[in-house]
Amino acid sequence: MDKEQTEISVELLQTGDRHEFARMVDKYSNALYRLALKMLGNPRDAEDVLQNTFLQAFQHLKEFEGRSSLSTWLYRIASNEALMMIRRRRPEIDFSDAAREEEEGPGDYEPAELTDWGHLPEAEVLTSETRLVLDQAIQTLPETLRIVFILRDIEGLSIRETSQALDLSETAVKTRLLRARLRLRDELSVYYGEKMHNRSKK
Amino acid sequence: MTHKDHYNCQALLGNLSDYVDGCLSDELCQEIDRHLNECEDCRIVVDTLHKTIYLYQKSAEEAEVPGEVRERLFRTLKIEDYLQS
Repeated sequence: MDKEQTEISVELLQTGDRHEFARMVDKYSNALYRLALKMLGNPRDAEDVLQNTFLQAFQHLKEFEGRSSLSTWLYRIASNEALMMIRRRRPEIDFSDAAREEEEGPGDYEPAELTDWGHLPEAEVLTSETRLVLDQAIQTLPETLRIVFILRDIEGLSIRETSQALDLSETAVKTRLLRARLRLRDELSVYYGEKMHNRSKK
Repeated sequence: MTHKDHYNCQALLGNLSDYVDGCLSDELCQEIDRHLNECEDCRIVVDTLHKTIYLYQKSAEEAEVPGEVRERLFRTLKIEDYLQS
C-alpha cells in the first residue's frame, strides 16, 4: 500500500504539513477502505467511512500521543466510524448481546458441517462466485465479531493492536476472534459441502 | 467433536486460535498434532479453519481504493494539489 517508502513523520503531520498528510492518506487509504467495505458491505458507505476517518484524523492529529502506532490509531478511528454508521443505520441492534456472548466463550462448539474441503485446489475455492459467498458470510457476523476478524485476520493486526484499536481486553479480542472464525468456517463449510456433494452426484 | 483421548477435542477448542496462528509451545503443538492424527473431525475443523482465514486474506489482497474515490477523498480533505503524487 506504500506509494513512497519513507516513514510518515508524526512531527510533520502535527505541524500541519499538508504534503505529509497527503502521503499518510495514500499510505493508509487502501487498508482503511478495505476495512470499511468489509464492515459495511457497500462501496458508498465505505467511501463515507474513509472520508470521515481522515477528517477525524486531521482534526485530532495534535492529540495523537503515540501510545499506539499511527496505523493502529487510524484503524481505531475507522473502526469507530464504521460501527457508528451501522448503529445509525440500524439503531435497534443491541450491541450488549455480543458483549454478553463473548463472556461465555465458544462453549461446546459443535461444527455445523464437517465436509473436508480444506484440500480443494485454490482455483476452485477462490472464484468470483466464492468471493461473493465470502462477502455474504462475513456480513452475517454480528458487527462486534466482524470488526475483530477484519482487524486481526484480514488486516493482520496483532491481538494487542486489535485490542488497542477497539478498546477491548486481549482476552475479549481472542474470544470474539475464535467465535468469528468458527462461524465463518461453518458458513463456508455449508457452501463448499454442497458444492462437493453436487459434484459427486454428477 | 466427542472423541475421547488424552488430549481431547474440548481442550483443542481452547487452543484452536493460538494453534492456527502458530503461537503455542512446541510441546503443546506436538500434543495437538498427535490428537489431530487420531481425530478426523478435529483435523477437518482445523484444516477448514486454516483455509477460511487464508481465503479471506487472499480475497482482500487486491482491494484498492478506486481512482474516483481517491480523487473525491483528496478534494474533501482539501489536499487535491497532491493528487498527482
